[in-house]
Amino acid sequence: MQEFPGVLAEARLWQIVLLSLEVSLSAVGLAAALGLPLGAAIAVGRFPGRKSLIVLLNAMMGLPPVVVGLAIYLLLSRAGPLGSLGLLFTPPAMVVAQTVLILPIVAALSRQAVEDAWMEYAEQLRSLGAQGARAALTVLWDIRFSLLTVVLAGLGRASAEVGAVMIVGGNIDGVTRVMTTAIALETSKGDLPLALGLGVVLIAVVLVLNAAAFLVKESAQRRYG
Amino acid sequence: MILPLELIGVRYRDIVGPVTLRVAAGDSTIILGANGAGKSLLLRLMHGLIAPTEGRVCWSGPQPCRHQAMVFQKPVMLRRTAVENVRYALECAGARDAEAESLAALDEVGLRALAHRPARVLSGGEQQRLALARAWALHPEVLFLDEPTASLDPSATREIEAVIRAFDAAGTKIVMATHNLGQARRLGDEVIYLHQGRVVERAAVEQFFRQPAAAEAAAFIKGELPWT
Repeated sequence: MQEFPGVLAEARLWQIVLLSLEVSLSAVGLAAALGLPLGAAIAVGRFPGRKSLIVLLNAMMGLPPVVVGLAIYLLLSRAGPLGSLGLLFTPPAMVVAQTVLILPIVAALSRQAVEDAWMEYAEQLRSLGAQGARAALTVLWDIRFSLLTVVLAGLGRASAEVGAVMIVGGNIDGVTRVMTTAIALETSKGDLPLALGLGVVLIAVVLVLNAAAFLVKESAQRRYG
Repeated sequence: MILPLELIGVRYRDIVGPVTLRVAAGDSTIILGANGAGKSLLLRLMHGLIAPTEGRVCWSGPQPCRHQAMVFQKPVMLRRTAVENVRYALECAGARDAEAESLAALDEVGLRALAHRPARVLSGGEQQRLALARAWALHPEVLFLDEPTASLDPSATREIEAVIRAFDAAGTKIVMATHNLGQARRLGDEVIYLHQGRVVERAAVEQFFRQPAAAEAAAFIKGELPWT
């Protein structure tokens, strides 16, 4: 067993890091593609049950990862409705679970951001004749810098959770083992240097992604006001 | 032609109305009144941004929305360049490849040099001129203005007024709410005076300022004059 700094040179550690990034970034991409338009539609649209939907969405931001994992597990398990896809214990299953987990976060936060902007834009856009999807997309594009923060909140949640990926991925070495599940396992096995190494890498990765997003946002905001 | 516009017994909650009036092409109409008199709401009712709770707003021609534009007190600029803001308005109206037309509109308001600057970093006066360029590009038959110079300094105000005159010269009907009496005299041909949501006087500008018929209007002119 290696000591803490030395463990960073191990190939299997970087394989785990890479898989973690693949899973979480895919989930964030999917959740953003679905959640941003959904949030905008709820913000701009007027339909029966809208308020209940907002409350539900806000509450779902706090979905326990293990419960999401369990639900996806039941769906994907051999006897489940989607069992024939054979996705259980594969990275795609983990992407699905994390997408379900962070979709409410992206949708609920973007709903709030779009609604705030909508107060300012609604009359002007209506006066110009922009309606429905066009108006919603215009506002989404205009607050794109704020939405970056929304997406980062989703990424933070995805990269930090253990429960969902543990249940649907199974923490199989070399196949579905990601940073958080590896940390949990190595800690219980007593391989503290590896667990610690992974923890440091996890925090560093999240920090780098956030710093990059912040710099992009800063420079773009300076340019576009 | 979508004018004349007829408002028939229009009410909005208990803030505006009942208002019955006819707005015809030609003379520039100024809507005067104290804060809270319902000037902005009346403009919004005419422009169709809000629906009257009672009564009807009737235009005389087809597709009235296509032939009117509105400039707000605080211009809402999209987070893109000046020229793209104008092009967006044209595209909403169904135009394609509107770059040249957009630049021409910017020329009209003297913003050609700033065409590729982000709209949100322009000054207040420049943003309001851009809002006017956006309206100009649409060649509206009627232009509604809601206190367009309320938060601008005198020189920016002069520039805005010059553009409004250009609209008038091009044949666009001006309907403007303001509480700046000097501006009402400079730009208006007739005045509609609102008090507590009702039209209490409608007169030619000269006559309105020389001898207002309504007591509320007379008090308003007296009270306002020292500050204009």
